[in-house]
Amino acid sequence: MAKSIDVRDVSIYYGEFKAVEDVSMTVRAKSVTAFIGPSGCGKSTFLRTLNRMHEVIPGARVEGTVTLDGQDLYASSVDPVEVRRRVGMVFQRPNPFPTMSIYENVLAGSRLNSKRLKKADADEIVERSLRGANLWNEVRDRLGKPGMGLSGGQQQRLCIARAIAVEPEVLLMDEPCSALDPISTAAIEDLIHELKSDYTIVIVTHNMQQAARVSDDTGFFNLRGAGKPGHLVEFNATKTMFTNPENEATEAYISGRFG
Amino acid sequence: MTSATLDRAPLSHARLPRFAPFFVLGVAIVVSVLLGLLLGWNYATMAIIADLLFLAALPAWSALLEGRRAATDRFVTALIWSMFAVVCVPLVWVIAEVIRKGAPKLTGHFLSTSMRNVPVGVGAPGGVLNSIEGTLLITLFAAIIAIPLGLLTAIYLVEYGRGSRLARIITFLVDVMTGIPSIVAGLFALALFVLIFGPAVQMGFEGSVALSLLMTPTVVRSSEEMLRLVPTDLREASYALGVPKWRTILKVVVPTSIGGIVTGIMLAISRVIGETAPLMVLLTYNPGMNGNVFSGPMGTLPTFIFNQYHTPEPPPRVPLGTLVQPPSASVGRMWAAALVLILIVMILNLVARVVGKIFAPKTGR
Repeated sequence: MAKSIDVRDVSIYYGEFKAVEDVSMTVRAKSVTAFIGPSGCGKSTFLRTLNRMHEVIPGARVEGTVTLDGQDLYASSVDPVEVRRRVGMVFQRPNPFPTMSIYENVLAGSRLNSKRLKKADADEIVERSLRGANLWNEVRDRLGKPGMGLSGGQQQRLCIARAIAVEPEVLLMDEPCSALDPISTAAIEDLIHELKSDYTIVIVTHNMQQAARVSDDTGFFNLRGAGKPGHLVEFNATKTMFTNPENEATEAYISGRFG
Repeated sequence: MTSATLDRAPLSHARLPRFAPFFVLGVAIVVSVLLGLLLGWNYATMAIIADLLFLAALPAWSALLEGRRAATDRFVTALIWSMFAVVCVPLVWVIAEVIRKGAPKLTGHFLSTSMRNVPVGVGAPGGVLNSIEGTLLITLFAAIIAIPLGLLTAIYLVEYGRGSRLARIITFLVDVMTGIPSIVAGLFALALFVLIFGPAVQMGFEGSVALSLLMTPTVVRSSEEMLRLVPTDLREASYALGVPKWRTILKVVVPTSIGGIVTGIMLAISRVIGETAPLMVLLTYNPGMNGNVFSGPMGTLPTFIFNQYHTPEPPPRVPLGTLVQPPSASVGRMWAAALVLILIVMILNLVARVVGKIFAPKTGR
């Protein structure tokens, strides 16, 4: 089910402004790939191009190719909606649907698309997804309660449950822990480890330790200067990145010496 | 900065007791009433003098004890409360007056009969059933036109237009439309229907068209505000689940803001339900029942009130030698009909509140 993503010479523009320049990498299937780098260097923007979420912003466009197991995501015959069904996403801030209960939130992917589900199937999907997101034991007694009533960490795991309920092939995470306390962060990191066996995961993080803890491969993005596009400095196995990086800038960033 | 230039105030200050504002207000009222009785003022003057005394005395006391900043705070707080009271005066007055004059005439008979064949000049109570029917039907059809039009326009402006030239033009036109005098809307509807059906046309639907013109911009504006309040996060969450845009709007954006949208629509209805001018231009008052908005004249509450005021029936004849001449029956009908109109608007608002509550995003645990 999990698939690899191949990125070739991708540049991203917002209107005339070039935000990210010439990124090439291969995201391996059933692995965790982390993107690190300073704010504004285009990590999140790049992440969003992997499921065409950047198209939500008017004027955003992409040059280059992104292929999901050999299928070009940007071919003219490809429907972005279909891409997003295959490549799920978890956002920086937990965003459960405020009008829905916990149960409905997990099923949102099928409910919003008006798929008919038998009650038993729906229950099964909810339980499996919530177990997958390590949330089942905490919410099993109050599935009918609003999703907004959960704590921040629980909400974020609810969002992960919602994302994996539609069984995507790839899961993108945009700083999923940046709004969470260390305990919730640990819970989500554990979860990422478990999810790795089924999903290809790409995660953007500002936390270097987190990248080192959870990822197999790491990409370091940087800016050449203010107003210049971001670019991929180095893409390597996480171990290599954090012990023996090839690029001097990477070493400087990781060890806390900048520039 | 040296410590010499910093004149540090102590952290703790004397405070006025908690009851101080009420105490000062009480004293101000007592003083003003006493002065008023001595000098022969009327109640309004007494109230104004009491308020001025209050506005002067409380800050003065506070300045002596608490210091300048607290005194300013007291003054502004007192000023705001005074303004609040002033604003409440007309509201309370209107409602009290309408209830006082209208409630005695508001009977089951009044609500359940029409004005057809009501004897003139004998003080007959008459009825507003025909007017209620007309008002509700005309407003209903106005809402049927204006709500979809307004809501869809708002959805276009927020979800699809976003700063495009067309969206800017629409926003501008909606703003212009907000300022249309209601009589102009009435004249427009008249011209339109005369053009289509000839000069003798009379139907309630004309009124609905005129009212919908007044209602649409309000619906657009309020729905637009509400839709804008829906966080982008929610839209993105939906897109990321592979939900198409139209379903996202239908099932995430609109439900999330439905409470506010319903409230806005109800306010728009309340605004047009008492509209008189366009209906007077368009429809002659029909004293009988007419349940068909597409044919014949209709009575409505606002036009009924106007008619009763403008062409009252003669006061009932009384035997010679009676000292007190009873007023025309029209006066009582007018006030009772006004009360009915206020009640309808109030019921609509309550319904809107309940509906808004039911649909509002839930945050409980």
